[in-house]
Amino acid sequence: MIEKKRGKSLGKIKGFSIQFLPYSEIRDSNSDERIKKILEIVLNNNILILQGRLSSNEEARLIGDTMAMIGHIKNFRGIELAVISGNNQESIFGKMTRGIANALAGGDFSAITIIGPATIVKEMKRNPKKIELLLNQ
Amino acid sequence: MPIKIFKNFFKRIFSNLFSSKREIKLGFYGPPNAGKTSLANRICKDFTGEEIGTVSKIPHETRSVQFKEKVEISYKGKKMVFKMIDTPGIATKIDYEDFLKFKMSKKDAKERAKEATQGVIESIKWLDDMDIVVVVLDVTENPYNQVNITIIGNLVARKIPVLIVANKIDLKKADIKKIEAAFPEYEVVGISAKFGDNLEEFYESIFKLSKKI
Repeated sequence: MIEKKRGKSLGKIKGFSIQFLPYSEIRDSNSDERIKKILEIVLNNNILILQGRLSSNEEARLIGDTMAMIGHIKNFRGIELAVISGNNQESIFGKMTRGIANALAGGDFSAITIIGPATIVKEMKRNPKKIELLLNQ
Repeated sequence: MPIKIFKNFFKRIFSNLFSSKREIKLGFYGPPNAGKTSLANRICKDFTGEEIGTVSKIPHETRSVQFKEKVEISYKGKKMVFKMIDTPGIATKIDYEDFLKFKMSKKDAKERAKEATQGVIESIKWLDDMDIVVVVLDVTENPYNQVNITIIGNLVARKIPVLIVANKIDLKKADIKKIEAAFPEYEVVGISAKFGDNLEEFYESIFKLSKKI
């Protein structure tokens, strides 16, 4: 769930959009292509909502590539990243069944990944049940 | 044939003897300002008399990987030799303007930010080289930070044993249960690196974890 901070307006924020990327768009891509695609979207001042999630190795590479870009791209200060998964409290059997289904389908569809440029997204507060996006003003 | 069996038997014995005396690469990972260097310093100071690095209230004080080799830790009559590897804090964003709040010049802040980004890259690269990892988290912060989840996910994928340390238990806002709830599959040890609280439990867990390598 994405929420605007209660009682506060968006203020002077302008020039960003929210882009949804279905997993099918990256299913057949390799890690390099996935990360490139994600960073292209984020560098264009978009908040990306990705169906599914990257592997932990890809997440680490995304962080590494992000760091390599800071200082080389004007006004880029990094990203805010959060993943919320629908199966946190699931039983072992449920996880196994879902794991097999995900392996066959090629991704964890119960998860949602949100990635935004740090110049727009001040903070992503995550708890097991929701993600709260706090935007820069 | 009997010669071959005999040879293998001795090879196994000698390799076991060697492995028990080898240095275990112990990495300290976590977000910035969680107390990685404070904890590594405390251990190094206790067992070698020297510290590993400097600590500061300003985030990203550690901007390159720091080592201390041949640190022999003694606990309840047992001894183990570690190579301590203190890594820069992993973050998804670094804004030089954040450092200006600490009365730093713009030039120094920019330089610190640049070094900090390189430090994060270095930390990630080093993940492959660890034998065991202590993930140090600030017990007053929200543990559901994606950086924490990404670090632990990478260690699990590499089959590297993990111990989660909830640091700063001396603070009023400390809530170790939050960390335990966020990572129920891992052992969480609450400590205060600053005051040396509960380090006995920490050493016990490290020795236990070392057996999993």
